[in-house]
Amino acid sequence: MSAISISKESLKIIMKNKDTILRKKESVTNSEIPKVTGITNNKSSYLNVQVYSFFKWLLPPVFGILMLLAIWTLISHQSPNLPGPLKTWSSAVALFSDPFYDHGPNDKGVGWNIVASLQRVALGFGLAALIGIPLGFIIGRFNFISRMAAPVISLLRPVSPLAWLPIGLLVFKAANPAAIWVIFISAIWPMIINTSVGVSKVPQDYMNVAKVLNLSEWKIFTKILFPFALPYMMTGVRLSIGVAWLVIVAAEMLTGGVGIGFWVWDEWNNLNVEHIIIAIFVVGFVGLLLELALTQIAKKFSYE
Amino acid sequence: MEKTLTTEKANSDRYVQLENVDMTFSTKKGDFNALKNINLSIREGEFVSIIGHSGCGKSTVLNLIAGLTQPTEGLLFCAGREIAGPGPQRAVVFQNHSLLPWLTCYENVYLAVERVFGTSAEKKEPKTQLKTRTNAALELVGLTHATDKRPNEISGGMKQRVGIARALAMEPKVLLLDEPFGALDALTRANLQDELMKIMAKSGCTAVMVTHDVDEAILLSDRVVMMTNGPSAGIGEILEVNLPRPRARLALAEDTDYNHLRSEVLRFLYERHAKKAA
Repeated sequence: MSAISISKESLKIIMKNKDTILRKKESVTNSEIPKVTGITNNKSSYLNVQVYSFFKWLLPPVFGILMLLAIWTLISHQSPNLPGPLKTWSSAVALFSDPFYDHGPNDKGVGWNIVASLQRVALGFGLAALIGIPLGFIIGRFNFISRMAAPVISLLRPVSPLAWLPIGLLVFKAANPAAIWVIFISAIWPMIINTSVGVSKVPQDYMNVAKVLNLSEWKIFTKILFPFALPYMMTGVRLSIGVAWLVIVAAEMLTGGVGIGFWVWDEWNNLNVEHIIIAIFVVGFVGLLLELALTQIAKKFSYE
Repeated sequence: MEKTLTTEKANSDRYVQLENVDMTFSTKKGDFNALKNINLSIREGEFVSIIGHSGCGKSTVLNLIAGLTQPTEGLLFCAGREIAGPGPQRAVVFQNHSLLPWLTCYENVYLAVERVFGTSAEKKEPKTQLKTRTNAALELVGLTHATDKRPNEISGGMKQRVGIARALAMEPKVLLLDEPFGALDALTRANLQDELMKIMAKSGCTAVMVTHDVDEAILLSDRVVMMTNGPSAGIGEILEVNLPRPRARLALAEDTDYNHLRSEVLRFLYERHAKKAA
């Protein structure tokens, strides 16, 4: 729960800092430049400040990526088997020139592999949300059920997702449902826990209002519990989708078929290291997009 | 004939009644006896203030009447019936307004109106009637311009008005006010006190208000109940406020009766039951 919410918070702080820098610079230039040059064009100095602050905002991430590339290049020079950035780039250009080819079940374009993985994640995650969110509400609302669920959740939550794979294979007797099962079981916990925490944190004041009005349990749910717990729930959803995307690569490595995880393993068997590195970047990028999309949705649901 | 009249009168004289009420909270450090042997009768249509130092359990008295907490011992009655739990016939204006932040002012009031007048099987009112009631309540507190605003878009005074509108819209038998203006600035507070006086005169409903403001208590009330300090707090004295209504804030400031009452309360609070500095 904390990792992502912290990064969101720190992002806010960064944005605020940027603003403060912008404002400080404005006031400094507005007050100091006339002293130096007498008459100045305020508009152009404002534009300068804009450009300046834009670069100040842009430079650190650019430096970060450049550093990553530098370290990568350095290591690839030491270890001849590891392709450097340039080699990987040219390979990526070739790969993405035709991402959606289909040469039989074991040779599909990278695009198809990503789509297959996303489908599995959507299914597993969707089922987890369908069960986990209502379960979270029930656990948060009723103390008895909360106490009942506590030992089960504490026991099962720390289990590594892949430990569930054999159970899935055993029960479903097929690789694809087993992979979806692994996604389901690893994505369900953050949604249960965050939703139940949100519901149990409803201020007593609101519950007193409900008591004085004698609201029905349905009204309490729709008018008080659900709106209050929604931001907590969305945090759970965001964490869950992160976990689901994290787990899919490992699950598919074991189950095979079509998917980005299987593709990585296939390319390892082909000793095509460039493609493995590309896959790492693709997985990271898709994960980032999922996270951003859900953050945007979460913002929409916030009542503040 | 004579007899029924007297029992009716007796009933309206003891519209809200607390009999030997004791309240003990169990805390980690052991039991804490907050209230001891509270006896109080409130007439129908009366405005009673409960005043006392902070921590004396005056809010607990209000929660007991509201039914939000149950007494350890003793009985509470409202309109001849024992108070078994919270209900809309005893509406509460909460200290921190307790509006739902995701609903607009209108929706906050409508929620209460719908519950009281739109769900009971025998007297279910049509939607238009519920809307009229909601708008009327908001108009009563002068908030027709802010009906579609959310609570965090309006000032503290306006939020408290919505809280009052929500409580009044339920047409309660008893209105319970828990330090309703405590969090407001002096000017807003005075404004809302004046308006509350007008509204109470119009509706004629019984009211119990918890406050720590001496002027507020005397200005609004027919009686001021002064509580001794806790633990085991009780009712120290009850002061009748016989000032004629309508009362005007400015005229009262010069009034000798008013000032006499005021010093009575102050003497109680700061001489006989002064709170030792914590």
